[in-house]
Amino acid sequence: MVKDLCKTTGSMSSSTSLMDNLFQRSLEDLIKGFRLQLLGESAFISRALDEIRREIKVTDPSTKSTALHKLTYLAALHGVDMSWAAFHAVEVVSSSRFQQKRIGYQAITQSFNDQTSVLLLITNQVRKDLNSANKYEKSVGVVLRVFEKYPDAVNVCFKRLVENLQSSDPQILSAVVGLFCELAAKDPTSCLPLAPEFYKILLDSRNNWVLIKVLKIFAKLASIEPRLGKKVAEPICEHMRRSVAKSLVFECIRTVVSSLSDHEAAVKLAVAKIREFLVEDDPNLKYLGLHALSIVSSKHLWAVLENKEAVVKALSDEDPNVKLEALHLLMSMVNEDNVSEMSRILMNYALKSDPVFCNEIISSVLSSCSRDVYEIIVDFDWYLSLLGEMARIPHCQRGEEIEHQMVDIGVRVRDARPQLVRVSCALLIDPALLGNLFLHPILAAAAWVSGEYIEFSKNPYETVEALLQPRTDLLPPSIRAIYIHSAFKLLVFCLKSYLSAEEPTSSSLSQESSFGSSPMNAFTHESILNLVNVMELGLGPLFGTYDVEVQERVKNVLGFIGMIKQEIAEKVNPQDNETEAYRVTAFMDDVFSEELGPVSATAQDKVCVPDGLELKENLRDLEEICGESDSVSYTDKISFSVSKLRIRDEQEASSSSSHPPEGAAAASLLEHRKRHGMYYLTSQKDERNSNGTPSDYPLANELANELSLDSFNPKRKPSKARPVVVKLDEGDESRIAPKAEKNPETVNGDESLSRAIQTALLAKNKGKELEEEESSRIENHESSEKTKRKKKKKKKKNEERSSKDKSRRQGEVASVSEQVIIPDFLL
Amino acid sequence: MIKAVMMMNTQGKPRLAKFYDYLPVEKQQELIRGVFSVLCSRPENVSNFLEIDSLFGPDSRLVYKHYATLYFVLVFDGSENELAMLDLIQVLVETLDKCFSNVCELDIVFNYSKMHAVLDEIVFGGQVLETSSVEVMKAVEEISKLEAASNSISLVPKSVSGWRGR
Repeated sequence: MVKDLCKTTGSMSSSTSLMDNLFQRSLEDLIKGFRLQLLGESAFISRALDEIRREIKVTDPSTKSTALHKLTYLAALHGVDMSWAAFHAVEVVSSSRFQQKRIGYQAITQSFNDQTSVLLLITNQVRKDLNSANKYEKSVGVVLRVFEKYPDAVNVCFKRLVENLQSSDPQILSAVVGLFCELAAKDPTSCLPLAPEFYKILLDSRNNWVLIKVLKIFAKLASIEPRLGKKVAEPICEHMRRSVAKSLVFECIRTVVSSLSDHEAAVKLAVAKIREFLVEDDPNLKYLGLHALSIVSSKHLWAVLENKEAVVKALSDEDPNVKLEALHLLMSMVNEDNVSEMSRILMNYALKSDPVFCNEIISSVLSSCSRDVYEIIVDFDWYLSLLGEMARIPHCQRGEEIEHQMVDIGVRVRDARPQLVRVSCALLIDPALLGNLFLHPILAAAAWVSGEYIEFSKNPYETVEALLQPRTDLLPPSIRAIYIHSAFKLLVFCLKSYLSAEEPTSSSLSQESSFGSSPMNAFTHESILNLVNVMELGLGPLFGTYDVEVQERVKNVLGFIGMIKQEIAEKVNPQDNETEAYRVTAFMDDVFSEELGPVSATAQDKVCVPDGLELKENLRDLEEICGESDSVSYTDKISFSVSKLRIRDEQEASSSSSHPPEGAAAASLLEHRKRHGMYYLTSQKDERNSNGTPSDYPLANELANELSLDSFNPKRKPSKARPVVVKLDEGDESRIAPKAEKNPETVNGDESLSRAIQTALLAKNKGKELEEEESSRIENHESSEKTKRKKKKKKKKNEERSSKDKSRRQGEVASVSEQVIIPDFLL
Repeated sequence: MIKAVMMMNTQGKPRLAKFYDYLPVEKQQELIRGVFSVLCSRPENVSNFLEIDSLFGPDSRLVYKHYATLYFVLVFDGSENELAMLDLIQVLVETLDKCFSNVCELDIVFNYSKMHAVLDEIVFGGQVLETSSVEVMKAVEEISKLEAASNSISLVPKSVSGWRGR
């Protein structure tokens, strides 16, 4: 029935306002209707919106305000856009009825922003309404917002605010202190001259809300004026001892640990209070205690160590917040002496934790151990075993980080390579790991490592079998390609060792039993032949794989085997340097033996752009110049992932040089290179051939001599020498997230605000003269504002004016900063 | 300052949302959903704080309290004290309790404007104004009186429900 009525009113386009008013649904009706509706939420909302759009245009103020009220409700709780109703909100605010005014203001606070075009229309209305209202605190709330937007306003009422700091009315005091707390957070310097007033409140007030705010102000002030700390430390301690309100005690603790950390007595008391928090049953206090501890840890690590037990215990708390905070704390305690003990504790927790926290633990261990190029790691053999253990934690999902570190350590720390190969080989053999998607990156690193540093392998045959095991078909093709390529390297290494062995024949046969002790001499004819067969068998089925990367690697290996197998099988004398097999093997070994070094993240920036190189130009134009060479998609393959780049670079270098270009395609590639050489990066090989220098980056062993002085800290214990870790320039730490830059606009806003406050303070001190000048300036602004009617023009003018003002203000600021007055009571 | 006050039920339906910095409505809804998705995954009897830097930007904190079918949520920055904010939720709930005598979710659903009146007396423009529920009640009653007075002039019933009620 009601619905029908609504419909009829809707259909009557010329309905009277009385009819609208009669049958309008109120907000209550809307809410009730919402709960009973069968249309579905969005249909109901859109129908209600249609209604509102109609009603809001009606001249009757009460219909209009009810419509706006409904719209406000829908916007707040159902995400309906209401910016289109801005003008109607202004209309409603100007109503004389209190209820409608309220609805209007609520709509405005919810939907207006700086860009709202009708903003100017309400300023006058607000002024009128504020005159009638006599609530002081509310106007203080408004004042803050006004300050933020219009720093000039500070001059008008700042004096009044400062006077109110001595007010006896607790409400006013609370409001004003709150305001100054916000100002101090934005710009502490400007509030510094008011320190005596705040100090008085700190001593006299018994209102916890006010005290908390004053403490927050002092926390900010003390960080820029150290002398303040001495003055306020004692009263703060007094509050800490006396108060039973946990919120106030916590605020005292936080103030002391964050801003008064040089005051020993205060810190001691704060830490004692923190301990009380830690042993509480209330999870909130426990959490805040840990939080405070983490603030204090940067300067007073002893405080954390003293509470180590409580912290470790918190690791098994059921609250994820508490656990995380405890984890961060433990990581802050880690140093080179306790890193292995801490990691042991954490790994045990990781094993029994839920997946999320388990990975959180793994991440933090990984990041704190790799900090500053593995600064705290002395025993890399231990650390590599730890990485291997991490991979075996069932919930582990940090494969990529572990992959990165394994390759990174391999490249940087020469002495760690034997252990790295051992760990990698164990990982490759473990068939369980192949099934876990998150661990595939680790396996990729393990495969690469065992191919790259094969000379440290105890048992190459075992590794080859692991690399070619049938379950590797669980791996994605890109990683499989790495597996096959590593197997290739292994094969070349074994062949090379076999062919260049000193005394091959009878003695090596007897050594087979003691295989592993000295692998160099352990390659017998039989075992090599066996190895070749295993590889052929393992790779044969992959010959027809769809993935080109895998197929190419397989063809490389099989092609190589084809070249040497005949001669190996014929049992030729290994020492015969003339055989084809020896020649090919030696060549391939040459290709693989080039050592890879770490690459700085800033390396690319250091390459100067050669003259005449057009980086911005569209390469598509090249197609016209050399139509047939578009089959060469060489550049497409360049990857920018740092960790992969190393592997891939290596592969590309080898694949491009190992197989001398054949046929027409190769010829066109060469031709292309010749013609457009400037688009190619100079390859390291060419450079070495041409001028004899090894490569762009310093090699691990070369850098070692230069850096050994820096990388050894004098305080380090000589008991176990830390292996040399290659460290490049500062750009090496590329993985630290860049700091978020401050938004320049907000900075400007704050600056102008603080300038205004300083000016106001100066005015207060200097007397009336300046105030008059200020006020005349404001008047000037107002009059100039009046004359401008059009908005665009006004905006332009504003900018001009503000720039003028800025220069003028800067002059004033200079004088202000000279005489920032430190209150006498400090001295 | 306080950045936002939210109330939502345990199904994630927002019952009251007030943001003290201007945010587009889509963003508001996104934040409400984001907060709820974290809240609903938390067990009972754990701390009342949430790390929400990812949602509200750095230096923002969140406290919440769970009463019956409702979550009360306050989002604020470094200028407020966490425990004091928890107390403030307590004040808000106490006041509502006095307002509706034994407040329940339905009271909050059906008394949208009164809820705002109460909240506006406690938090204004992101600043805490009043922490005594008695004072808040006084002010709210005064507002209702003023509203009633301004309405009594009108002779035509304001709504269909009012019309039907006659």
